[in-house]
Amino acid sequence: MSNRSVQQADLAALQAAYPHLFSVRWATRAKAVGLVLSVLGLFIFGLIWLGFSPMAIIHGAERLRIILGLMFPPSAGELFPTYVKALAQTLAIAFLGTLLASLIAFPLSLLAARTVVNQGVVHFFARRWFDAICGVDTLIWALVFINVVGLGPFAGILAVAMSDVGSFGKLFSEVIEAADRKPVEGIVSTGGSRSHRLRFGIVPQVLPIFLSQVLYYFESNTRSATVIGIVGAGGIGLYLSNEINQQNWDHVSFIILMILITVATIDFVSARIRQLIYSPK
Amino acid sequence: MARIAPLIRQQRVDLLLRDYERSVSEKRQRRIASGLGFLACVLIAAWVGEVDLARFAAGIPRFWSYFYDITPTLRLAHLSEDISEWYWNGWFWVELLLETLLVAYVGTLAGAGIGFCLCFLTSANILNAPVLTFVVKRSLEFCRTVPDIVFALLFVYAIGLGPIPGVLAIAIHTTGALGKQFSEVVENIDLKPVEGLRSTGADWFAQIRFAVLPQVISNFVSYGLLRFEINVRGATVMGFVGAGGIGKELLSSIRQFYYSDVSAILVMIVLTVSLIDLFTEKLRHRFLDIGLPQ
Repeated sequence: MSNRSVQQADLAALQAAYPHLFSVRWATRAKAVGLVLSVLGLFIFGLIWLGFSPMAIIHGAERLRIILGLMFPPSAGELFPTYVKALAQTLAIAFLGTLLASLIAFPLSLLAARTVVNQGVVHFFARRWFDAICGVDTLIWALVFINVVGLGPFAGILAVAMSDVGSFGKLFSEVIEAADRKPVEGIVSTGGSRSHRLRFGIVPQVLPIFLSQVLYYFESNTRSATVIGIVGAGGIGLYLSNEINQQNWDHVSFIILMILITVATIDFVSARIRQLIYSPK
Repeated sequence: MARIAPLIRQQRVDLLLRDYERSVSEKRQRRIASGLGFLACVLIAAWVGEVDLARFAAGIPRFWSYFYDITPTLRLAHLSEDISEWYWNGWFWVELLLETLLVAYVGTLAGAGIGFCLCFLTSANILNAPVLTFVVKRSLEFCRTVPDIVFALLFVYAIGLGPIPGVLAIAIHTTGALGKQFSEVVENIDLKPVEGLRSTGADWFAQIRFAVLPQVISNFVSYGLLRFEINVRGATVMGFVGAGGIGKELLSSIRQFYYSDVSAILVMIVLTVSLIDLFTEKLRHRFLDIGLPQ
């Protein structure tokens, strides 16, 4: 061991042997630098256009510090039962909204799946329609439904359902298209009808996947349902924005904590259920 | 039966049938029980959520009539006049949409930058500092669990009305979301290049730059673009709380029943979101193609 000395690599010989590894490719490098510069350039342009000023940020940070100081300790005062009720309403909105969306999206997704309805036109329009619904945020739907059914959690349920019909429709139809054709062919070979093919060939394959996707969206809807109240569609969001407007910062932090705990619990429970779906027992 | 009987004794058949019946009925009972539990959940949720079927039934025709009301009157004979009347405020809305896109862009890039720096701190295979990793992971979790619009409400109060609170809110939420996704990518890399570099005496930053980054960058870009799509949707409603973008205009036109304005803005939003989706999908495919194979 001690006799051996570390040999320096013969850099010159290596360079001579593998010139292409050492030469700088200017074209590639210029492209990369140009890309980074244009991304950063747009960023700086954005900051200027949006009126970004360091002074405003520093000033805001100072106020934020004061607000954060007032947030501790979090307390709900006498309103604790009200908040719990509002949070339960939030969960109900997420639950019923997701349920309603999956019930509506299931038949629609069959229409949008190329393997079920082999009609290019139907397929195309169903997809575009889902995309359009998806592109509109839940809060916008909430505003629209408030005009339709009035203020309250019911508008929230419909808003959550509406925006999820788009996402579910897209996801479900993709799952259906990816389903294995062999069970369907088997049913065709035994003389099964069209509905038999769906019921026994496709549904058993896709149902567990649908279920886990629905659960996943339930988690994400719990998050959106917490803010839906800001526009008046029920749930804890109404109290959150009220308390912010009235500057009851200890109440604000309490509500945020409640939201965090609820979301974490829902995430945990639904992750467990999803595990069960994929590996029963 | 007659042919099976010599092979399997009747007793055995009875046993099999009984076992089958039992397992089927167990399954059926379990199904009924979980179905009832689910139904109970639905009923409780409906009660808490103040679901009123009568109100819903009354609402359905109003739902359709609302969409009928917001549909603009477009006549084929003078289509261009009708469209220019529909989009009487078009350029202003385009400007607001551009602002929305910029809010999403700046917020996403800022959040991605911070998330990028933090993700190496949360990956146990790159950095052995359990306390730091724990703290950073929990803060990222906080950032992504609080909805961005809640941050926007707070920042509007602290900084004042305008797009900057929206940018900050989106940046914080993006930091949380992308920080987690980035660190998951980093946790799954092949460690051999890192070891190779370490054996040559490269320091931690060189290891990140030459061993980790080439493996993860294409995934990072792809996740960043996906987040940008999500943030464009999020930025359209930032205006609801006064944090910039098209949302404020949409809010006031919905609240004040300017029907044709509602549909004009909604159509613009849907078109923009679809265009952005198409564009980022193209970009994502390109980056995944030129990126290193996983």
